[in-house]
Amino acid sequence: MSKPDAVYFFGTCLIDLLFPRAGLCAMRLLEREGIRVIYPQEQTCCGQPAYNSGYRDEARTVARAQLDAFPGDIPVVVPSASCAGMLRVHYPRLFAGDADESRALDLAGRVYELTEFLIRVLDLQPADLGSPLRVTLHNSCSARRELGVADLALDLLDRLGNVQVIEPDHAYECCGFGGTFAVKQPEISAAMAADKAVAIAATGAPLLVGQDCGCLMNLEGTFRHRGSGPEVKHIAELLWDRTHDD
Amino acid sequence: MTTELRARIADALGNERVRANIRRALDGLVVKRLSAFPDEEELTRLRGQGEAIRAHALACLPELLEELERNCTANGIRVHWAETCEEANRSVLGILHRHDARMLIKGKSMVSEELGLNTFLEARGIEVVETDLGELIVQLAGERPFHIIAPAIHKDRKNIAELFKERFPELPYSEDAEELTASARELLREKFRGAVAGLTGVNFAVAETGTLALVENEGNGRMCSTAPDVHIAVTGIEKVIARLDQLPPLLTLLTRSATGQAITTYVNMIDSPRREGELDGPGEVHLILLDNGRSRILADPELQATLRCIRCGACMNHCPVYTRLGGHAYGTVYPGPIGSILEPQLQGLDRVGELADASSLCGACGEVCPVRIPIPQLLNRLRAEGAGEGPESRVPGRGSRRKPLQALIWRLWAWVHASPRRYRLMSGMLGRTRRLASRFAGPWTRSRATPQLASESLHRLAREEGFSDDRP
Repeated sequence: MSKPDAVYFFGTCLIDLLFPRAGLCAMRLLEREGIRVIYPQEQTCCGQPAYNSGYRDEARTVARAQLDAFPGDIPVVVPSASCAGMLRVHYPRLFAGDADESRALDLAGRVYELTEFLIRVLDLQPADLGSPLRVTLHNSCSARRELGVADLALDLLDRLGNVQVIEPDHAYECCGFGGTFAVKQPEISAAMAADKAVAIAATGAPLLVGQDCGCLMNLEGTFRHRGSGPEVKHIAELLWDRTHDD
Repeated sequence: MTTELRARIADALGNERVRANIRRALDGLVVKRLSAFPDEEELTRLRGQGEAIRAHALACLPELLEELERNCTANGIRVHWAETCEEANRSVLGILHRHDARMLIKGKSMVSEELGLNTFLEARGIEVVETDLGELIVQLAGERPFHIIAPAIHKDRKNIAELFKERFPELPYSEDAEELTASARELLREKFRGAVAGLTGVNFAVAETGTLALVENEGNGRMCSTAPDVHIAVTGIEKVIARLDQLPPLLTLLTRSATGQAITTYVNMIDSPRREGELDGPGEVHLILLDNGRSRILADPELQATLRCIRCGACMNHCPVYTRLGGHAYGTVYPGPIGSILEPQLQGLDRVGELADASSLCGACGEVCPVRIPIPQLLNRLRAEGAGEGPESRVPGRGSRRKPLQALIWRLWAWVHASPRRYRLMSGMLGRTRRLASRFAGPWTRSRATPQLASESLHRLAREEGFSDDRP
């Protein structure tokens, strides 16, 4: 796809309520590239929590509201691989045989995960203004496996000339978030998060970045509970922070 | 979650030694698999081929099973059909009685675990001897297999040395793997010599030739299927494939996915009892084909993919939940991701449906499955089945996991999130209190600090920074 004039921004409920700065930085990045960023105020949540809990009717009800909120043929940029995966991969399943199936397929075809859009559509060449920094990257399972965009986050970090990325041990493994899994199976989730936290801390990097705020919330909470760990940022925040003058 | 499962999970997570053992062993298997598939394109091609072969077999399963029966019978193999585990167990017992066999030597067979065969036979005075080293170890320990291809993967050498000392005090104590193996070999040779009947599983049953393919590394499968006068093979009806030329790609996928081996030490191709003029081999070969709910799974176009499984165990080796819990915590014969989709369909969602919840849906299982079973998608489907939502089905226990309070919460959640106005009201309220809804308190905060709600939502910040809300 060539660079569009305008994009929709689907902020995700997690970013909306807990990490709005991540969404704001992503929107500023897109705007700086000369794209009109539309933030539909009608958007709420992609419906994934209910969908992954087996409550498909409830998920469909919420998903339908998003079909209404993002009409037309404008691309939809999502700063979360998990929510982008819900819109792209699962909406067509959720609406199979439904009156809104074609609207769901249409939306699915317009969805871009943020790093995917920045690299594949914009070929972003950020000018790194920051001082040398070591960071470690946590790719979400949705980025790695569902959308296959894990390499793109690394690519973006590499394009920041002064950032050195250190990969943690068992990088391919889930952090234990898994949405409602973290609440339904707290012990297993905590065991996974603890191992991930140890592996990340062992890199010695003072900053952890990722493209999914679910994982980052899980890991940041684990670090805070343990009383030590790196600072945590969404990749959009790091990109914005290092490429603009205050 | 039932208290039984919660207790098993707590036990598993608390056992540092076992956790270290399985992590070490499974990490090893992950690396071996990776180096066995150096060419990603070739792996993609092979997985596509494996999926197609298995999907084709399932698409014409009734015809293939009839063809298998015809060709096995023509080769002199006696075919028995068992709709239930009880029927299969009775079949085995009947054969043993006819031959006056008081002992059964066994090669590795997960279907025999599904049957509960050992318990069934022992209750009827038959001695059962596991001859696969891992199976022997768990049998001696009075346990169940921990992993479908590596039954004793949770035990280290010291565990095994102590177990042998306890069970065979006459043997010299050793923690040396080779010496322990040699001891087991001596013990088992005696059993092989005296056995009238041997039982094995089957990896693939080839319809066009009536051949039973069985792969193994220790030679005990060959011993069990050739040394005694009677060989009984047990398998699920889904293990049939159409043609002999489909076997090599499946074996390649199976052994590389399971242990990273290009080929196993033994590849047994069993197509008849001892023929006239042959010096060895069993006088009788029996094939028991077990349904036990598989026909019902086959009838569902989406869930049918469960039956493509070739039992390599790669899904467990790569599963972050299995890696932490191990096989016993699941409380089922088939543990790990494949177990979490298969067991609820075999036993019912009312009995073990909670296993479908024990996954973060990270997708690692689906990524490595050699026959591309979409395990995360099927876990999601079974969660919907548990809640009684999604397409009509015959999954036993459908709707049994729907709890009134939970259903009410999701209904409320949908009511709020389907309306931009209600959603804004809720987020505004949350923003003012800056305290997160109680759903995150409790379990979440035991190991994590509570997330801090932002004072201003992105909705508000976007408006304040002048981002357009104009939709064309």
